[in-house]
Amino acid sequence: MSPTVAVLDYGFGNVRSAVRAAEHVGATAILSSDFDTCLNADGLIIPGVGAFAACMQGIDKVRGGALIDARMVAGRPVLGICVGMQILFEQGIEHGITTQGLGQWPGTVDQLVAPIVPHMGWNNVVPPPSSTLFAGVETELFYFVHSYAVQEWVMTDTDPYQHPPMVTWSDYGGPFIAAVENGPLSAVQFHPEKSGDAGLTLINNWISTLT
Amino acid sequence: MTLAARVIACLDVDAGRVVKGVNFVDLVDAGDPIELASLYGAAGIDELVFLDITASSSDRETTLELVRRSADQVFIPVTVGGGIRSIEDIDALLRAGADKVSINTAAIARPELLRQAAQRFGSQCILLSLDARREPGQPSGFGVTTHGGRESAGLDAVQWAQRAAEFGVGEILLNSMDADGTKAGFDLELIRAVRGEVNIPIIASGGAGLPEDFAAAINAGAQAVLAASIFHFGEVSITQVKNALKADSIPVREPTRLVS
Repeated sequence: MSPTVAVLDYGFGNVRSAVRAAEHVGATAILSSDFDTCLNADGLIIPGVGAFAACMQGIDKVRGGALIDARMVAGRPVLGICVGMQILFEQGIEHGITTQGLGQWPGTVDQLVAPIVPHMGWNNVVPPPSSTLFAGVETELFYFVHSYAVQEWVMTDTDPYQHPPMVTWSDYGGPFIAAVENGPLSAVQFHPEKSGDAGLTLINNWISTLT
Repeated sequence: MTLAARVIACLDVDAGRVVKGVNFVDLVDAGDPIELASLYGAAGIDELVFLDITASSSDRETTLELVRRSADQVFIPVTVGGGIRSIEDIDALLRAGADKVSINTAAIARPELLRQAAQRFGSQCILLSLDARREPGQPSGFGVTTHGGRESAGLDAVQWAQRAAEFGVGEILLNSMDADGTKAGFDLELIRAVRGEVNIPIIASGGAGLPEDFAAAINAGAQAVLAASIFHFGEVSITQVKNALKADSIPVREPTRLVS
C-alpha cells in the first residue's frame, strides 16, 4: 500500500503543487487541516509562503505546534517547506519585529543580505554525505524564492546518544541553511515541488522513509 | 556557489489554448498549453509564463482550469499574467496553483493593488510586468506604455519600477516595446537603467533573436531572460541558450532526467 501524506492546510502556500508532487512519486496525498488526519498520516508536509508572522498565525489556528510535537513523540516524519521550514526554528525577525516560531530547533530566521533580494531561482546545495533527502541529487539545483533564512546553525547541546542533525547549506550573499534532517523532522528552504525532477526525487527520498 | 541565470518561455494563451502559432514537430496538439509546458520542462526550461490574452471575462474559468492542470503536471515555477485586476483575481490564480502572478495595466491605474497584493500573498509571488519604450520626455528616457506599447501611461519607467519595488513587488518582468519582435537582441540600455535603481530581480523580455543575445541581457543586470516565438518556432533551443550563457561564464541549470 502506498504511504499516506497529509499536506497541512492552514491557508498559506501553493498547496496544490505539494499534493500533486507527493502523488506523482506514488504517495496517497490529501490536503487537510484536521488534527487527527494530519497526526495519523504516514507523513506530514508543512507548506508555507509569504510572511513568517502570518504563517505562524495560520499554524496556531490549526494547532500546528501541538500537531508537530505529537508526531515527533510518535517518531512520525514531518517535512517543512520554505516558510514551513522557517517556522520550525525559534524565531523570525521581519521589519524589526520578532515573532516566536515553533522552536523545534534553535536559531533565528533573518533577512538575507545580498545585492538582489529576493533570492529567486535555481541554486546548488551542499548536503552532508550521509543525507537521505539528497541521495542521488547532490549536484542538482533546486528552486528557491525567499528573502529570509536561517544563517547560523546554533544547536550545541545535542544528546550524545542521538544522531546529530544533518545540515545542508547553500549560499546567497552568504551561507544559509537550505535543509535540515533530524530524525523524523526534516525541512527544506527551497521548493522541491517546483524543482523539476530533482525536487521530485527529493520528495520520493523522503516518502521512502515513511512506513 | 552562484544562482543560475533563469531561462523562461512565455506562452500566449487565449481561452485555454496556445496562440501565436507554435511549431514543434513532436506535438500531438499544438494548442495544448500543458503538453507544451511539459515539453519545455523536459527541454530544461527553468520557468514558464502563461500570458492570458483572453478578451472576455467569461473565459476566466478556462484559464483557472488551465492553471490547475498545469500545477498537476508541471513541477517547475509557473507565472500567470494578463488581465489581473483585483486581489480576488490573484487569490483565484494562486489557489488554482500559480506560483506567481504578473500585474501590468491594473497597477498603473491603481498602484495600491501592488502593495495590497504583496502584503497579502508575499513579495515572492507578485511580479510587475512593465512595458517600456523610449520616451524623450521622461527623466530616464524610458516611459511606461499600455495597449501593447501603443499608448504612453505618462510615467517614467525607471521611477515606476522603483515605486513597485518599494510597494513590495518581488520581481520585474521588463518588456522592451522597442526591441519586441525585432530579434535584434534585448534592450540593454533599458535593463541597465532599471538595474541601476532597483534591487529586486529583473526578467529581461523582448528582442531575443540569437543564443548569444541572452548572455548580454544577463551581463547588463537581468537575473532571468524570457523569450516566446524563437523558442516556439524552434529557431533557438533552450540548450543552445544555456550553452551560450555557459560560454560567457554565466551559471545555468542543466538538470539530469531523474524520474519519469
